[in-house]
Amino acid sequence: MSIRDRSVAPTTPILEEDAAMWTAKIRRSLVSTLPPERLIPDRQPSYLSSWIYMFGALTLAALSIIVVTGVLLSLEGPTWWHLSSVGLFVNSLHLWSVELFFFFMVVHLWGKFFMAAWRGNRALTWMTGVITLLASVGAALTGYVSQTNFDSQWIATQAKDGLNSVGVGAFFNVLNFGQMLMWHIILLPLAVIAITVLHVLLVRKHGIVPPIELTEANQGGEA
Amino acid sequence: MTAIVTVLLGSLIDMSKPGHYIHWGFLQISLSNLIVVCLMVVTFVAAIAIPYKRKARNRS
Amino acid sequence: MSKQRNYNPDRDVSPWRGGYRPYDIAKELTVCFVVVAVLTIGLAITFGSPDDKAITIKQWSSADQVDFATTAISELDGTSGTATYGAPYNHVDGAGQKIGPIALQQWVGVHHPVDPARDFVLGPLSTTPQSPALDSALTRFQGASPSDQAAWEAAYEKAIPHAKVINGKLIVPPGPYGPVQVLMAHLTAMATTGALDTSIVQGSGFYGTDYTKSLLFIGDSGYLANQGADHHLSGDQWGMMNDTGSYPGQPWLWLYTLWYQVPPFTTSWGDNADAIVWALMMLLTLGLLLIPFIPGLRSIPRWTRVYRLIWRDHYRS
Repeated sequence: MSIRDRSVAPTTPILEEDAAMWTAKIRRSLVSTLPPERLIPDRQPSYLSSWIYMFGALTLAALSIIVVTGVLLSLEGPTWWHLSSVGLFVNSLHLWSVELFFFFMVVHLWGKFFMAAWRGNRALTWMTGVITLLASVGAALTGYVSQTNFDSQWIATQAKDGLNSVGVGAFFNVLNFGQMLMWHIILLPLAVIAITVLHVLLVRKHGIVPPIELTEANQGGEA
Repeated sequence: MTAIVTVLLGSLIDMSKPGHYIHWGFLQISLSNLIVVCLMVVTFVAAIAIPYKRKARNRS
Repeated sequence: MSKQRNYNPDRDVSPWRGGYRPYDIAKELTVCFVVVAVLTIGLAITFGSPDDKAITIKQWSSADQVDFATTAISELDGTSGTATYGAPYNHVDGAGQKIGPIALQQWVGVHHPVDPARDFVLGPLSTTPQSPALDSALTRFQGASPSDQAAWEAAYEKAIPHAKVINGKLIVPPGPYGPVQVLMAHLTAMATTGALDTSIVQGSGFYGTDYTKSLLFIGDSGYLANQGADHHLSGDQWGMMNDTGSYPGQPWLWLYTLWYQVPPFTTSWGDNADAIVWALMMLLTLGLLLIPFIPGLRSIPRWTRVYRLIWRDHYRS
């Protein structure tokens, strides 16, 4: 867009009274919380020197492959993979990307735990991570009961007892294939993605947690 | 060619046979699950133990 | 007015004032994506994914007629797992799990009404093309007094363990079953043709996506339980962690399923085990969520000193 293009108005409020606009306030708040160089940084603190830091990105990569393979499965419907060898292969991709997702997520969790990554006002980052884990377990359960095979029959008939025992089963009916499929392909992916985005934005906002400080107490033999 | 594609789309290893299970007291775990858990532990230990060397940069 | 909090190394950290280095986040994400994609494709090609075909009522009734008849009579006489379940399927006095005085299952009430006698037996039979024998058996049964119905059902239920399958037909020793034997025979015939699968799912019309009733019916069978045990999926086999065949399952459910293997969950708390385990897991999950605020738990990283390995380059420099 050329600087001479006058079809787009200048974005910075020039007049003092415009600064009170909701739009201006929201924009200022967002930009001050996450200026571009913090949102998409090209610098990292020098203490980031371990392979363990890759596991957040690996988890995100696995999540993106889950979404792509899930979209491919959606193109042909929930029973396609029983009837087509290409469908079976896409289902296999979806299954193994989920296995990798949980694998990387748990290693990431262990790493963040041992780094005490909640320090320095980062409690919400930890909590959104745990909530993502829980939402993912829910997504996996709804996926399992949507398979339209023996496994989904078994898991549904067993899982119902736990859910019913605390009243949840009345609203979240694992025996209702239609409901479970829609939770699996719409509601829970939206939840997982939304909470993951929040989690990543919190990491960008607060930065990666600095190391635990070595003190006389924890340098020697005693804690 | 079709045969190769069919094999690739299916699986090279037949995993439909019943699995092996390891019993230890009241604990029971399938061999596949045990392998996955061990791999996770090994990966975690490797991730923090293996040195992470970045390329030396001359730019400040 | 706020006082500055005391510095707590498990909760606080001083802002970083040290150096930074260049870092290509876009490249890192791309490399991670490619690596995970290659791993996924490799695993999919090597191991594929499991797909054991769903059990149908047709399959179950053909493979194990005695079990089918045993389950069917228990649905008719109200002694099956589904008939005695309680909420959210039906009202049954005293049914439902509790955590102490908290009876969430009962309090929530019936949301998916299931009447096993009507939904699994009498309803499907009344939709099937009527033969004179079935017509008269249905009329006789539905017109009889509750005590007559109960007597016929009890007699049949007592006899069914002694039944045999000869030339593909279920032969029950003679007894005072009234019209119940004819009803069961027609239900079995309906089941073995596959008509019962369709009838139970589509109870409300043309399209069906809710398999609550068929799954509850099959879930009451010994057949499904045996299939689960054969695949090592039963509760007492740590089945929650497993998948069919040799596939890895859900090892992350280890703590959830562990409770089902030990007393008192297997003994005195057995009747309410599901509810108690859920409550316990919710508590532990809350603990995981709130680690940043829990003294002691949030000190474990400092005490275990794994961080010394993670940040060793930093500490050296």
